[in-house]
Amino acid sequence: MATFETMTINMGPQHPSTHGVLQLVLELDGEVVVKATPHIGFLHRGVEKLSEHRTYHQVLPLTDRLDYLAPMHNNLGYVLAVEKLFGLTDAIPERAQVVRVIMAELTRIKSHLVWLACHALDIGAMTVFLYCFRERETVMDFYEKISGARMTSNYFRVGGLSADLPAGIEQEIRKFAQEMPGHVETYEGLLTGNKIWQKRIQGVGVISAEDAIDLGVSGPSLRGSGVNWDLRRDQPYSGYENYDFEVAVGDGCDTWSRYHCRLKELRESCKIILQALDRLKPGPILADAPKVCLPPKKDVVNSIEGLIHHFKIISEGPKPEPGEVYVGVENPKGEVGYYLVSDGSPRPYRMKIRPASFINLQALPKMCEGSLIADVVAVIGTLDIVLGEIDR
Amino acid sequence: MTELLITATLILVKLILIFAVVLSLAAYMVLAERKILGRMQLRYGPNRVGPFGLCQPLADVIKLLTKEDLVPARADRVMFLIAPGMASLIALLSFAVVPFSPPVTLFGREIPMVVCDLNIGLLYFLGLSSLAVYSIALGGWASNSKYALLGAIRGLAQLISYELSMGLAVVPVVLSAKSFSLTDIVLSQADWPNMVRHPVAFVIFMISVMAESKRTPFDLPEGENEIVAGYHTEYSGMRFGLFFVGEYINVIILGAMVTVLFLGGWHGPLLPPIVWFALKVLAVAFCFIWTRGTLPRLRYDQLMHFGWKFLIPVALANVLVTGAVMLAIGS
Repeated sequence: MATFETMTINMGPQHPSTHGVLQLVLELDGEVVVKATPHIGFLHRGVEKLSEHRTYHQVLPLTDRLDYLAPMHNNLGYVLAVEKLFGLTDAIPERAQVVRVIMAELTRIKSHLVWLACHALDIGAMTVFLYCFRERETVMDFYEKISGARMTSNYFRVGGLSADLPAGIEQEIRKFAQEMPGHVETYEGLLTGNKIWQKRIQGVGVISAEDAIDLGVSGPSLRGSGVNWDLRRDQPYSGYENYDFEVAVGDGCDTWSRYHCRLKELRESCKIILQALDRLKPGPILADAPKVCLPPKKDVVNSIEGLIHHFKIISEGPKPEPGEVYVGVENPKGEVGYYLVSDGSPRPYRMKIRPASFINLQALPKMCEGSLIADVVAVIGTLDIVLGEIDR
Repeated sequence: MTELLITATLILVKLILIFAVVLSLAAYMVLAERKILGRMQLRYGPNRVGPFGLCQPLADVIKLLTKEDLVPARADRVMFLIAPGMASLIALLSFAVVPFSPPVTLFGREIPMVVCDLNIGLLYFLGLSSLAVYSIALGGWASNSKYALLGAIRGLAQLISYELSMGLAVVPVVLSAKSFSLTDIVLSQADWPNMVRHPVAFVIFMISVMAESKRTPFDLPEGENEIVAGYHTEYSGMRFGLFFVGEYINVIILGAMVTVLFLGGWHGPLLPPIVWFALKVLAVAFCFIWTRGTLPRLRYDQLMHFGWKFLIPVALANVLVTGAVMLAIGS
C-alpha cells in the first residue's frame, strides 16, 4: 500500500529571500505548505540585557541596530521613553520636535522602499528593486549629511537632537518630498497594472482583522486587514497631532491590500514632511534640562557649568526617579515600544522592547499554511520583517 | 568517392563554424543580457574586463573552470556528472536543421546553408526540445537535494505542458508550408512572414518558447527567491556553467526557430540574407531579455492553469480555424 508522507524542507537561515537569518521549517505536500515553523535567534545580540549595564544615554546607539532599516524611528521611541521617565516630555523645543517628525517620516520612506524593493524582487520583478534603491540612496545621503552615518544614525538625543540640521538641507528634503510621489507612480507603473503581479499577491497571505488583532500584528500589516489604527494619530507623539495626514487602511486582508496601504503611506509621509518643513523655525534643539541632557560641545569647552554637567552625565549618568514607563511609536513596520523600569540608579533596571517584526512574524504560519512555497516568499515580503528587530 | 568526401568535409566545416559561432554567441548573450538588464535597471553591468567589459565572458569561463567541481556526498554520481552536458549538447544539436540563408554557390557548387536539411526538421527540433527535459530532471534528481528536486519537478511539469502548446502552435505553419522541412517553411514565407499570416500561433509560440527556455516570467525551475537555484542548486564550477551555457544556447536556438517559423527566416530587403537572419534572432533574444527586466514570476499553479486552461485550448482552436479557413479558400 502506498503511503503518503510530507517532505520537510529547511528554508533558511541561508536562503535568498528570508530577509536575513530567518529559518523556516516547512512541511510540504508537493508544493503546498502544510506547516510552517519559524525559527529565530540567529541574530540575537542581547540588546535588552546589554542596556542594563549602560547609562540612559549610552543605550541609544543600541536601538539603531534593532530595525536597521529604520534606525531613526527606533531612536525616537527610545528617547521618548527616556524623556517620559525624566519628565521631560513637555520640555522638548519645537524645532527638535519638527525635525524629529521629518526624520521619522524620511525613515518611513526609506524603510518602505526597502520593503517594496525586496517584495518585488522576491516575486521576480527585479527592476523595481533597483528603482527603489535609487530613491533610498537619496534618503541615505540626507542621513549622512544630517547625522554623519548612513544607517546607524544615532541622531536623536534625550531632550532633543545631537546637532542642528546642516545648512541647505531643508531645500533638498523639500525637493525630494515633492518628487517622491512621482517615483511612487513609476513603481506602480511597473507593478500595479501587471497581471502577473496582481495574480501573485491578490488573495495571498490572507489574515482577518480578528486574527491580526489576536496575534498582535501592528502597522501596515494590521491596517491592510481593515483595522484603522495608527499610533501617530491615535496616541500622538512628537507633535504628530498637528499634521494633516490620512491613515492608509485597506480591507482586502491580503497582500494586495497591504501593498496599497504601504504605497499610500509613502505618499502620506511626503505630505507630512512638506508640512513639517513649513513649520520649521529657527530655535533651540535641546531641552533646557542640564542635569539630564548632554550639553553641546561648545558649552563643555567654554563654561565651567557645561564641563561639570558633561562630566557628571558621562561618568555617572543622569538618575531618574524610580518608576516605569512605556512608550510606543508607529515604526514603519508596526508598533515599536520601549518599556523602561528604573530603580533610581543611572542605568535602566530593565528595558523591554516590543518589536514590531517579532510579533508580526507570529502571523506568518497562519498566513501561509495551505498555500504554495512561492506564497511563503510573498508573505515574508508583505510582513516586512527585519531580523535585527526580531532577534534583538 | 570524392563527391562523398567533399560533402563530408563541407558538413564538418559547417559544423565547426556553427559550434564556434553559437558557443561564442552564447557567451556574449550572457554579457549582452547583463549589460542590457543593467541599463534597464539604472546600473552599468560588467565594464571592468577589457573595453566595455567585452572580455567578461572569458573571465567568467576561466573562473568557472578553476572552481572546485563539487559532487554532493549522496548524489547519484554518474547522472549528476552527465546532466549538465546534456543540457548544452541537446541545445546544440538542434542547430543541425536550422537554415541560415539560401544556398550559396561556391566554385560552381551549390552549398545549402544548413548542416542537414532533414525533411522532418521540425519534428527533429520538437523531439530534441522534449529531450531537454532530461537534463533538468536528471540533474535535479541526482543532486539528492530537496530544493533541486522541487526545481526538477517544476521543470518537468512546465516543459511538458508548454511543449504541447508549442507543438500545436506550429501546426498552422506546417499547414501553410505543406512541409516539415525548415528550409521549405522559410521558402513559403517569401511574400509574408508567418507572423502576419498566423498571428495567434505566433503569440502562442512566443509564450511557449519563453516557457521552454525557463526564463522570466517562467523561471520557476530555478526560481531563485523560492527554491534557491532549483535544479542546479548543488552544481558548482563548470558544470553549473554548462547548465548556464545550455540555457543561453537554448535562447539562441529558440530565437532561431521563431525566426524560421514565424519571422520569415532569411527573407528581407537590401541586406544579405544571413544578416537578416542574425538580426531577427538577436531581436527575439532582446525580447527575452526585455521581458526578464519587466515581468515578475508566475506561481506554479498559475503557470499550469495558464498552459492547460488557456494556451492549449486556444492553440487547438487556432489549428481548427486555420485548417477550416485554408480548406475554404482552397490553398
